[in-house]
Amino acid sequence: MAYLLKGVSILGASPSDLYIADGVVSEKPVEGAEVIDATGLVALPGLVDVHTHLREPGREDAETVETGSRAAALGGYTAVCAMANTSPVADTAGVVEQVWRLGREAGLVDVQPIGAVTVGLAGKQMAELGAMATSAANVRIFSDDGFCVADPKLMRRALEYVKAFDGVIAQHAEEPRLTEGAQMHEGEVSTRLGLTGWPAVAEEAIIARDVLLAEHVGSRLHVCHVSTAGSVEVLRQAKARGVRVTAEVTPHHLLLTDELAAGYDPVFKVNPPLRTRSDVEALRQALLDGVIDVVATDHAPHAVQDKECEWAHARPGMLGLETALPIVLSVFGPQWDLIADRMSIAPARIAGLDGHGGDLTRAGTPANLTLVDPAAQRTVDPAELASRSRNTPYAGMTLPGRIVATFLRGEATVLDGKAVK
Amino acid sequence: MIKHLRSAADLDAATATLILDTAAEMAALSGREVKKLPALRGRTVVNLFYEDSTRTRISFEAAAKRLSADVINFSAKGSSVSKGESLKDTALTLQAMGADAVVIRHSASGAPHRLSNWVDGSVVNAGDGTHEHPTQALLDAYTMRSRLGRLDGLKVAVVGDVLHSRVARSNVLLLSTLGAEVTLVGPPTLIPVDIVAALSKTARVSYDLDSVLPDSDVVMMLRVQTERMQDSYFPSAREYSRRYGLDVTRMRKLPEHAIVMHPGPMNRGMEIAPEVADSPRSTIVEQVANGVSVRMAVLYLLLGGK
Repeated sequence: MAYLLKGVSILGASPSDLYIADGVVSEKPVEGAEVIDATGLVALPGLVDVHTHLREPGREDAETVETGSRAAALGGYTAVCAMANTSPVADTAGVVEQVWRLGREAGLVDVQPIGAVTVGLAGKQMAELGAMATSAANVRIFSDDGFCVADPKLMRRALEYVKAFDGVIAQHAEEPRLTEGAQMHEGEVSTRLGLTGWPAVAEEAIIARDVLLAEHVGSRLHVCHVSTAGSVEVLRQAKARGVRVTAEVTPHHLLLTDELAAGYDPVFKVNPPLRTRSDVEALRQALLDGVIDVVATDHAPHAVQDKECEWAHARPGMLGLETALPIVLSVFGPQWDLIADRMSIAPARIAGLDGHGGDLTRAGTPANLTLVDPAAQRTVDPAELASRSRNTPYAGMTLPGRIVATFLRGEATVLDGKAVK
Repeated sequence: MIKHLRSAADLDAATATLILDTAAEMAALSGREVKKLPALRGRTVVNLFYEDSTRTRISFEAAAKRLSADVINFSAKGSSVSKGESLKDTALTLQAMGADAVVIRHSASGAPHRLSNWVDGSVVNAGDGTHEHPTQALLDAYTMRSRLGRLDGLKVAVVGDVLHSRVARSNVLLLSTLGAEVTLVGPPTLIPVDIVAALSKTARVSYDLDSVLPDSDVVMMLRVQTERMQDSYFPSAREYSRRYGLDVTRMRKLPEHAIVMHPGPMNRGMEIAPEVADSPRSTIVEQVANGVSVRMAVLYLLLGGK
């Protein structure tokens, strides 16, 4: 299928026509191309999420690779990295290949599996990282996300080991001894609500340790869902020293604060927890400065019964794929170069996903892109989401930006704001 | 009148005072031969207790029965999620039975807030996790007022495991609302650093019990669970007792009129010496008796009794 995107604004530049043919950006229009009136629409390279939970295998009642892929496409994504905390855990070549194959079958985004660092996410024994790397899934990011690789020796070995295949360890930074029973950010609000606190230092201490380890062994480190101002300072110093560390922040940590826990509605329970206004400000600045490299959703679908309960019994996590771009737009405004870098180009580089985050002004670039209407607004209705779950913290919020179309290697996955399959 | 009593913060000074005044009227009733009022005849009060607490459950049960309400005791021990029916399903069941008020005791902070989303009746918090226990604070305030004649300007020391204490949280909120000056005393490990900012700008914190006692009208000792020791909040029961326990020697530092309170159950010999607990200054038994009157007042007012 060939397309002609008429009058599109690439990254906010003045309107031009964009030709798509044979899966790439084409220099010239092709005979018979479908014409899409893209007046007023902004073209971005397809978004790339380095942190998604698709729940399959194991919790298909919360999400499947297919429903999560559809949510991703509708959110403007062309690639997502699927976290390893499935059941069974993605700690073998077999499981990562299964997820990869399910992603291909769904055909809505590139689903790139992440492999577990340790067997069963138990933090004891290194998983067969090499087997996952050389599998059909071609795994490059390894993470025990949900759990921290807390053992410093094991973390050091993992950082070293993956150098052989240019892998990266994505750390869920949470010192487990400091967060036993933790329910929300430790501070004024947790004290008032009588909920066990999750202190900022539990994140910062692990990041500080890990950047030193990465520096010591000369390896790449990626830090998942940075949530505190203190973590930003640790990262800033490490990057200034030349440590090979990258970091992500979630849309919810860029917008929401711990005050939302006041009604004990677990839709606001997430790990790491929502922090304070000053943390939010520091994270925004860090993303602008590039101290934090990417926005990652940490899309975490949960079944209704896992959220419609007491706060302490609820599972942590919130949906993110379908609202990430509108949230970022609402926070930063139409800074298209920034958005393209932090949500597509940098994440594609970190994940090693060639073909994503490409230059749309250059012929031959794989046609992975999304069209956004920045003038449109949308009120978030959980019932309308494509995800199988409903645990969005943004219900009822009116957000800017509507994803009109998404293309994966030149094929439309979303048209007129609707998934094509 | 408010609909629910989920937190002591739900009460402004006027409402809290109305409850205390109503409790005094209810107390007068208990001197009569016939202790029953017809106020809540035909209304249903459910005691939904997810934690063992004979003392609080009996107190609420007696309160509801003296107001002629129909009382249903629903004991749901153990976590609602791990062992069977969810809180929501239980709530829907109570709703179908037409509960006018649900009194809930639960190990999870905020459970009364969740419950109030799912039932039409009033929700009364009878203790939720490490959050609050507002009727305990009301009965404590009632006891202070009846012993000392006032609450405004009263100096109250709350001593012990403030971090894990729902009694402390509710007391700080309510007493501050009613003009008392609260000082929280305990080891720094058991007093959250932001407790003042979180609960009351007029509260103070001290780590030195001996310096606080001479200037206190009320000293309220909190139960300290020995398992906190295993979690390194303090080194040993003996050291805790030595630094923060109220023994006879320390009690002598209190002004002549000062009273000693404890929400129970006590660890005699740990946070409070037996001689102190049984002394004339102690209001511990009175607190229990006042509990019924205060809970009658709460149910009466929340349910709009006439």
